[in-house]
Amino acid sequence: MERTAIHGRLTWQVAKVVSVDWETASVATIELDPPSWTGHQAGQHLDVRLTAEDGYSAERSYSIASAPGEPLAITVERLEDGEVSPYLAGELRPGDELELRGPIGGYFVWGPDDGGPLMLLAGGSGVVPLRSMLRHRLSTGSDAQARLLYSSRGWEDVIYRDELGQYRDGARVCYTLTRSQPTGWTGHTGRIDSALLAEVAWPAAANPLAYICGPTSFVETAAAGLVELGYPPQRVKTERFGATGGR
Amino acid sequence: MDALDGNAIGGLLIDAFGTEMTAAATTCATCDASRPVAELVVYRRAPGAVVRCRTCGAVLMVLVTRDGTTSVDLSGLARIDR
Repeated sequence: MERTAIHGRLTWQVAKVVSVDWETASVATIELDPPSWTGHQAGQHLDVRLTAEDGYSAERSYSIASAPGEPLAITVERLEDGEVSPYLAGELRPGDELELRGPIGGYFVWGPDDGGPLMLLAGGSGVVPLRSMLRHRLSTGSDAQARLLYSSRGWEDVIYRDELGQYRDGARVCYTLTRSQPTGWTGHTGRIDSALLAEVAWPAAANPLAYICGPTSFVETAAAGLVELGYPPQRVKTERFGATGGR
Repeated sequence: MDALDGNAIGGLLIDAFGTEMTAAATTCATCDASRPVAELVVYRRAPGAVVRCRTCGAVLMVLVTRDGTTSVDLSGLARIDR
């Protein structure tokens, strides 16, 4: 069938699963090869649709994990009571097919022209779109300085742990572990609050650009905390994915 | 159900408007608060979504998808600019 691109329309397409790599015990990065992909911006997401044999279908949105120009990948946290994520992060294998559409979103996006310094705040799998931004910053040689504050339940739940540990040259990553800490942990503990933000975040005088992604309660606390520090609300971009780990 | 935000309905809005709308500026008809669609409060309810003002809670938009067509009620908005 000939594929006709209709401007401004999102069409569902069937992508081939290239690989499934486990980031943690419950989080997998899935590389996809869609037949028609126009490219994406760092921070965008895509919609995935699963359809059962009886015709019942369920749709979910997942942030794109790869940087613009890299092979398309999403990172999915398996939610035990979820309808879609247990299939994606559990059943799906390389060579399988997956229905998707995208890229989607024009607000929670970053490119080198947006500058910095960047203040990135992630709660759990909210790190996914911010990882795309960090990789994009690196691959474009952007001179925007970046800080990522990543709140995670425990060290074993940290997604992209090896990759995030390698950031140098203007990018700094720090963690707060909310539930459990490894022996000898010297980093931050507990949920983010005003005191932690005041310690870690760029001062408002540096005119930072903030991106916050995570569960709704995390995002509300983080956004209010940055505004309290003097960040103008229009420089604080947020994306919420509900009470649990996925959308 | 937990509240999401306007980013979550980017795809639905493309269905309704034929273009990316999450960065569009809105003004609430009830309290005059202005913010981008992405920062509005969203409750996803199959087969659509209810969008509320983050300042006063008024319903700004209702989106419903049926038989592949998305309808949108914008009567709670004073304006939406893209």
